[in-house]
Amino acid sequence: MIEQTPPDLRYSKEHEWVKMNGDEATVGITHFAQDSLGDVVYVDLPDTDTTFEQFAKFGEIESVKAVSELYTPVGGAVTEVNGDAVDNPELVNSDPYGKGWLIRLRVADPSDLHNLLTAEAYEALLAESE
Amino acid sequence: MPTTVTPNGPDDSGSPHPFIPNTSADRAAMLDAIGVSRFEELVHDIPAAHVYPELRLTDNTPEPALTAELSALANSNATPGEYACFLGAGAYRHFIPAVVRAIASRGEFVTAYTPYQPEASQGTLQVGFEFQTAVCQLTGMEVSNAGMYDGPTAFAEAALMACRVTRRRTVAVLDTVDERLVEVLDAYVRYQGLEVQVVDSSSLRTPDGAACLMAQSPNVYGVIENMQSFIESAHSVNALAVAHVNPTSLGMFKSPGEWGADIVTAEGQPLGVPMSFGGSYVGLLACRQAHVRQMPGRVIGRTTDTRGRRGYALTLQTREQHIRRERATSNICTSTQLIALMATTYVAAMGKNGIRRIAELCYQKAHYAANRIARLPGYSLPVEGTFFHEFAVQCPRPPAEINRALLERKIIGGYDLSRRIPNGMLVCVTEMNSRQEIDSLVEALEDAGGRA
Amino acid sequence: MSSGPAARDRRLLMERSVPGRFAVAIPESDVPPAELPESSLLRDDLDLPEVAQLDLVRYFTLLSQLNFSIDTNFYPLGSCTMKYNPKLNDEAAALPGFSQIHPAQPFETVQGALRLMYELQQMLGEVTGLPGVGLAPLAGAQGEYAGLLIARAWFDSAGKSERTVALIPDSAHGTNPASAAMAGLEVVTVPSNDQGNVDLEALRAACDERTAVFMLTIPSTLGLFNPNILDITEAVHEAGGLVYADGANLNALLGLVKLGDLGFDICHSNLHKTFSTPHGGGGPGAGPVMVAKELASFLPAPVAALGDDGLYRFERPENAIGKINGFHGSFSILVRAWTYMRSMGRNGLREAARNAIINANYVQAKLRDRFDLAADRHCMHETVLSARRQKARGASALDIAKRLLDYGVHAPTMYFPLIVDEALMVEPTETESKETLDRFIRIMRQIDEEIDQDPALLHEAPHDLPNTRLDETTAARRPYLRWQQET
Repeated sequence: MIEQTPPDLRYSKEHEWVKMNGDEATVGITHFAQDSLGDVVYVDLPDTDTTFEQFAKFGEIESVKAVSELYTPVGGAVTEVNGDAVDNPELVNSDPYGKGWLIRLRVADPSDLHNLLTAEAYEALLAESE
Repeated sequence: MPTTVTPNGPDDSGSPHPFIPNTSADRAAMLDAIGVSRFEELVHDIPAAHVYPELRLTDNTPEPALTAELSALANSNATPGEYACFLGAGAYRHFIPAVVRAIASRGEFVTAYTPYQPEASQGTLQVGFEFQTAVCQLTGMEVSNAGMYDGPTAFAEAALMACRVTRRRTVAVLDTVDERLVEVLDAYVRYQGLEVQVVDSSSLRTPDGAACLMAQSPNVYGVIENMQSFIESAHSVNALAVAHVNPTSLGMFKSPGEWGADIVTAEGQPLGVPMSFGGSYVGLLACRQAHVRQMPGRVIGRTTDTRGRRGYALTLQTREQHIRRERATSNICTSTQLIALMATTYVAAMGKNGIRRIAELCYQKAHYAANRIARLPGYSLPVEGTFFHEFAVQCPRPPAEINRALLERKIIGGYDLSRRIPNGMLVCVTEMNSRQEIDSLVEALEDAGGRA
Repeated sequence: MSSGPAARDRRLLMERSVPGRFAVAIPESDVPPAELPESSLLRDDLDLPEVAQLDLVRYFTLLSQLNFSIDTNFYPLGSCTMKYNPKLNDEAAALPGFSQIHPAQPFETVQGALRLMYELQQMLGEVTGLPGVGLAPLAGAQGEYAGLLIARAWFDSAGKSERTVALIPDSAHGTNPASAAMAGLEVVTVPSNDQGNVDLEALRAACDERTAVFMLTIPSTLGLFNPNILDITEAVHEAGGLVYADGANLNALLGLVKLGDLGFDICHSNLHKTFSTPHGGGGPGAGPVMVAKELASFLPAPVAALGDDGLYRFERPENAIGKINGFHGSFSILVRAWTYMRSMGRNGLREAARNAIINANYVQAKLRDRFDLAADRHCMHETVLSARRQKARGASALDIAKRLLDYGVHAPTMYFPLIVDEALMVEPTETESKETLDRFIRIMRQIDEEIDQDPALLHEAPHDLPNTRLDETTAARRPYLRWQQET
């Protein structure tokens, strides 16, 4: 079973999660996002060293018959892209908070985190939209 | 409302037309089930002032009369075959085996819908997969889509595709590309903030920052382009090399894929499709695997069903308009499937050796014609280079005048190239032109040239 | 001996290829040989199939039998107008005098073809009330693109280049926004009201000095004729914009009302829908563009014209948006549409619209107790059902559509328009008889009962076709797009 909303992460309203490790942020999409998208068939991710503002479009994720845009939960420069998820997009479905992560960013402004939701607040958001 | 005119006589109880089966009794029963007493109650949302407008059209024409009228219209055209035809310039007269027509006439292909329901469309889908395979084999590319509208629109879409792949906004086109291709390209890029730059083929320098360099081979003069230099030039500034080719020529000439092109487009008409006054044709578009997700148009993929059997389905659909809407790779929602079927059947019927031999026949006959015309007084071949089945001729008089004289001898002459070459004419010779036809052309040209 | 779908030999051409076989004999050259180009320009090998003629015919005939088609099946496919494709159309297009002529022949030698195009222009202009007709567009989407280029060029010529917004209802076909984007227009979505019609107030609020066009499908994709249509076109005109009609549903209007009379400025028509030309398994179609008189000089080149000398010629309209394809349109399709329009005539076209509307309302009336309606009112040529009640009982619109295939009925259009949950869009067309509709109605009611009796029948449908449901996920994750030698 996938843990639906791990408590140690921060969340965006667009259903991305971010995990901080020093000034490095790992970014992926939430369990809810992968579940509503269905079988992920393709992820389009940026090149490393690309710089993004917070909440900027950084890529796209596709199922067979839908496509969603990906937004950065925090701003910064891309340090790493998960090639495994590009080659095996099913990882985003099977392990959204683990092997299905998408990019790592060097965070430019740590205060970006204040604009994100806690696990509790994100769960409330999901409950509200149901 | 006006009274309903029924074509089958004064009695209006039968079906109103052979294509509309319901009788007035059927309609009465249906209106009753719907709960209205007359049809007009169903359309009261249409503003009353505008309903049932006058239509200045003739009433229905029964099939016998219509057949006669159609024959008369068709017979009033001068048909190649009855006339010797040396026109090419984008549409080519080739032998089309009877099997191609027979298969492409099957109602199960002709009247099928787009294969959005794959289980009910395996025939169409497998044909499409065969088409993609044939296009890849011919062009030497890794992936092909299932077909575009025609060659020129495929060429234009390739430019848009190159801009998406490279995220650049300038499209460079060799000056030896037919201006009719460039005109379609212009119509496609006009409002997208893209710029088209024409590149001098003698210096062959791709501008810095160009998304692609586009070449046509054989080019507007019928000459095989120097594929190696064109592709090297594109790659020297990290632009994509887009080659627009004639598929028949690929029966003998090295494929653009072997030369290293990134995107290949072509007019598919020469592959078993009748000239039909310019359409319907099918455009070919093939590319390297790396760019498949920026490709426009439909793509068919092989997969398996729930019982593990092989089957086919449209795939990579998120690129397309019905999903991505304004962010789609193109607005196209056709694969010109029936024409792609003709091309697929043609390639299969001609087969490995047939395609090569047709190409060689075209080459041989065109060279025979060119050699003879070159020796005529007042005529010359002004363009250097290897050509395939078309070549530029400089005539002693305007080609329009020459062609009028040829027409009197039941010869449809070449394409007027005087916008490029003074008194220039592009002559096309295919396997359909007999030696006798070619000799008559030469003779007629000689006579027409002397009548200055 | 085994037979049936499972036993069909589905091997590809390359898997049937035997070196040395061929289907067509190629003649020897009758001219003296010319020297071949240098070998570096020539290809070494061309990996194409080698099959005998009968094997070829059997293979493609087998493939054809794996298809649904109008000739064999009922297609209640909303918005696609899958009407009968008359056989005379195909015969006409194949006449040598049409199919064998070269597009660049001197105009004196193709008077019959030019006259046919000229007459088709006249007829389409008359039916739509928009007299400027361009036959060049090769498909509906290209006609739409041409129409938008005309709008842009018209505004440019009037010094109003700042008009760059296309207003598009949320119920529109995907090609509308895709074509608008290609024409460099900014897409602004206009919401529909609870009747599925464009919200007039929302439209008024969205119109401003940047509005170029409002694109409207009429009847709407819900099969409704907007009763406020005159207010809508007036509102857009007052704001200085043009009104574009997506002619996908023109079949419902033939002889009943003209788009030009309603205030539309531009429309396109899908000849493969309204005018009975075949879908061909996904093209070729044709998408002529029709415009009001003052826009006619912007039509794409060329158009057919009748000269004072009684001869027909191609002309380039004075302000033409240019050429949008290689020659002058999908001629073989234009021949079919001409044939159809002449066969139907003034009276037949009107009957087509009337019977299409009656057929759709009949299906709606007979299914409304089992399926929710997207809009609870009389429809035009199509009705949009919602399978939301069925979904709650465990079967989606997709399941119902797939189950229909087992009964030999093509699936309706599903999940469109996007504004309706579990949409099943049904367009019977006028060429279907009451008996065919009654059968469809019975099948739909039976499937509705199967949901409770044996849900697996739906979830695993189709059962009896050449393939069961296909794994589209793997197809998209690891695209396998051409035959390759198995290693």
